[in-house]
Amino acid sequence: MIAKLGAITTAFLQELSSLVWMARETVAEVYERISTKKSPFRLTDFFVQTDRVGMGSVFLVSLVSIFVGLTLALLTGYQLERFGMVMLVPITVVISFTREMGPLLTGIVLAARVGASYTAELGTMTASEEVEAIEGMGIGPLRYLVTPRFLAIFFMTPCLSVVAIVSGIVGAAFISNLSLDLNFSYFYDQTMDSLLVKDVISGMIKSFLFGGIIGWIACFKGLAVRGGAAGVGTATTSSVVTAVTTVIGCDTLCNIFMVSVFK
Amino acid sequence: MITQQETLLEMHNVKFRYADHVVMNGLNLSLKSQETLVVMGPSGGGKSTLLRLLLGILKVDHGSIRFKGKDITKLNRHELNEMRSSIGMVYQYSALMSSMNVHDNIALPLRELSKKTAKEIDKIVDAKLELVGLKDIKEQLPSELSGGMKKRVGLARAMALEPTLILFDEPSSGLDPINSVLIDDLIVALREEHKVASIVVTHTMPSAFRIATSMAMLHDGKIVEEGSPADFRQSKNRFVHEFLSAYLTHGHAKEPKHANS
Repeated sequence: MIAKLGAITTAFLQELSSLVWMARETVAEVYERISTKKSPFRLTDFFVQTDRVGMGSVFLVSLVSIFVGLTLALLTGYQLERFGMVMLVPITVVISFTREMGPLLTGIVLAARVGASYTAELGTMTASEEVEAIEGMGIGPLRYLVTPRFLAIFFMTPCLSVVAIVSGIVGAAFISNLSLDLNFSYFYDQTMDSLLVKDVISGMIKSFLFGGIIGWIACFKGLAVRGGAAGVGTATTSSVVTAVTTVIGCDTLCNIFMVSVFK
Repeated sequence: MITQQETLLEMHNVKFRYADHVVMNGLNLSLKSQETLVVMGPSGGGKSTLLRLLLGILKVDHGSIRFKGKDITKLNRHELNEMRSSIGMVYQYSALMSSMNVHDNIALPLRELSKKTAKEIDKIVDAKLELVGLKDIKEQLPSELSGGMKKRVGLARAMALEPTLILFDEPSSGLDPINSVLIDDLIVALREEHKVASIVVTHTMPSAFRIATSMAMLHDGKIVEEGSPADFRQSKNRFVHEFLSAYLTHGHAKEPKHANS
């Protein structure tokens, strides 16, 4: 039992140190490139990745958020109706989505959709020696492959979180109008009144953090692939599971920290 | 400036371990400019590892590797990347970027490592494709090419930055005899027309004797025999003898037991 625990801890620490090593090497490659007055990656590569993360995920993020917003409003509405407090539904939904649900849903959707695709793509490139060929040519694979992908997901996650927040609130307004007799203008006014800058800021900070975590884990898992097609499959599963778990864990830590800061 | 017959590459007492497995155990090897050195040895004997050590992708545990007089084991990141642009590599499975067409594959090192304009890069890509005898495939993806064509595109990419040394990892593997001869002819042409030195790791004996100006046998992490193709044919080394006769008899090498005669 103790030996098993030790092995798990060792494996975890090894993976963590490899993630830190990759971060250090990426910064070193980018710095080396910039110091020779060359761009670390092509801007077109960055825009291709932002399109892939942003435009490619906007529909899914909206759809999931609408469903969750709708369900949240419906369930809280039925509970609050018993106490005659149904008018509090917009406030509940707005606070939930700006501080928590928007960034978290976006993180989970991106981990599953973009994180998996990053890992599979880089994993396939690793297995077919493409990454090694890039390194062998003297092109830093971290700055060339990882940087545009990481920056794309880092900057697009907050944008998609805004989409998720708006979609969730729209879904909630729709079901509140249909089932709870709260009209749209009342819902809109309540939304505007309960939107607080501190909630929006905490949501955006979390979004940047989640984007960074997903991008980093996905790229690392892809580049660490061993063993061909089976290895790519295992790495992709591991990437999604690790990213989702880490995002939820970080979300909890952020909430504990932000509640103490913003209370 | 490297002139003919000057030593281009020198490996001295190279030791390398992969986990608990000793891959290189005091390996010594040298290559002169404009020479084609064929490295042979049993499967899993460290031939491909040797090429990766030369490119600095794997780091030696002990010893030195001098390329154009500089010890590559002591180079910093920037110097190592500059050195790599003087060495081309043709991979066993081509390692072409699957998401890029042929043109972009060959243009990749030029775009990333040179200051050439798009027009100049296009010209170089055309010239390199012509060099390897390919035309009208610039827009095709690697998945649309045959094995022989992939190898030739890989060679065109390796030649893009005008290297002084090209490493070939099993260039004939998986190719039919016609394509295999075609690749051999290109390797010979590189030496004779373009004055490029090559290290070729291969198992294909007819190919090895066709292209080599010198040969080396790798066994147990060491070079057990080094010399001209004629020397190899008459080698008294038991391992070399068994290796070559296994090919002549069976078309493939058995794993001989003794390295030293």
